[in-house]
Amino acid sequence: MSETAVAIDEEKKDLWGGGVSPFKASYGKIMMWFFLLSDAFTFSALLITYGYIRFSHPAYSGAVEDFTFSAEWWPIPEKVFEAMPFMHGVSMPLIFVGIMTFVLILSSVTMVMAVEAGQRMDRKGVEKWMLWTILGGVAFLGCQAWEWNHFIHGIQQADGSFFHASLSSNPYGPPPFASLFFFITGFHGFHVFSGVVFNFIIFFQAMTGKFERTGHYEMVEKVGLYWHFVDLVWVFVFTFFYLV
Amino acid sequence: MEQETNEVVVQPLNRAKVRTFLKVTLILFVVTLIEYAFAFGISHEYKWIRVVLFISLTLLKAYYIVAEFMHLGHENKPFKRALIFPIVFVIFLIFIMIYQGGAVFDLLINR
Repeated sequence: MSETAVAIDEEKKDLWGGGVSPFKASYGKIMMWFFLLSDAFTFSALLITYGYIRFSHPAYSGAVEDFTFSAEWWPIPEKVFEAMPFMHGVSMPLIFVGIMTFVLILSSVTMVMAVEAGQRMDRKGVEKWMLWTILGGVAFLGCQAWEWNHFIHGIQQADGSFFHASLSSNPYGPPPFASLFFFITGFHGFHVFSGVVFNFIIFFQAMTGKFERTGHYEMVEKVGLYWHFVDLVWVFVFTFFYLV
Repeated sequence: MEQETNEVVVQPLNRAKVRTFLKVTLILFVVTLIEYAFAFGISHEYKWIRVVLFISLTLLKAYYIVAEFMHLGHENKPFKRALIFPIVFVIFLIFIMIYQGGAVFDLLINR
């Protein structure tokens, strides 16, 4: 009798034999990671579609100064993304998107600081850093709203017509260029928006002392994972739309 | 009357961790600046050099975000593998779709 009990105990020491956590992480964190993996597949599919459509169109290979917008070739990013708020008509290639990138990276840094504060049970720290993270997310969304508005509304030209893009047509390059831009940055922007909402909920719960009653701040780590993932996706979107 | 108090012990700031975060931030910042230098410094005729350079630098940034900010570098081995191995499907899709894109280009434009 006692021998069988010992045998079962022995078996349970096996990593995958049950009774132990093979990943040494909590259920919630593992599930957040697997959700993010599936989301990574979605974004990969979208960005690979961009690569596929881009490679099925001719690339521009001349000098940057001689570049003109044409449906014949794929536009080069430093000519498309050169607008800047309050700088009407001034060509500032890729400056605005650089600011957006740093805003998102910095909000990722404030997020790790919030997670670190949570691990120390420092409620004041969690509140402070979560608020900075939310602020960074809102700033990024504002920048993106301005950029979208700039592309959709467009620039009025000398003859009174507008130089503007829509899902079906655009003056910058082949029609799929703008549809892919709006779809992929839009899908990412929606992720940022939901991230801001999640961050706000967690900030609110930290403020009302929910995590002090629970005894741990693991929810901050979970929304932190989501927030860093949004930043990670932006690093790729930035490369494929604004640099390559 | 005795007040009921929840004793919450706040641990001191983990300086080593914060230093790592600042180091990673600096790396992300510098790598992005290098990307900018390449974006303006390398002509569009060298399309493949640009593609390879930008993707390698992006993967470098992605590594630091995932390993340090998302803490995956400090999880255990089975967990790391469970999350990293499925990416092989993405790599497969990249190769077939880029190949397909070139084939469509040859068929429709480069006849």
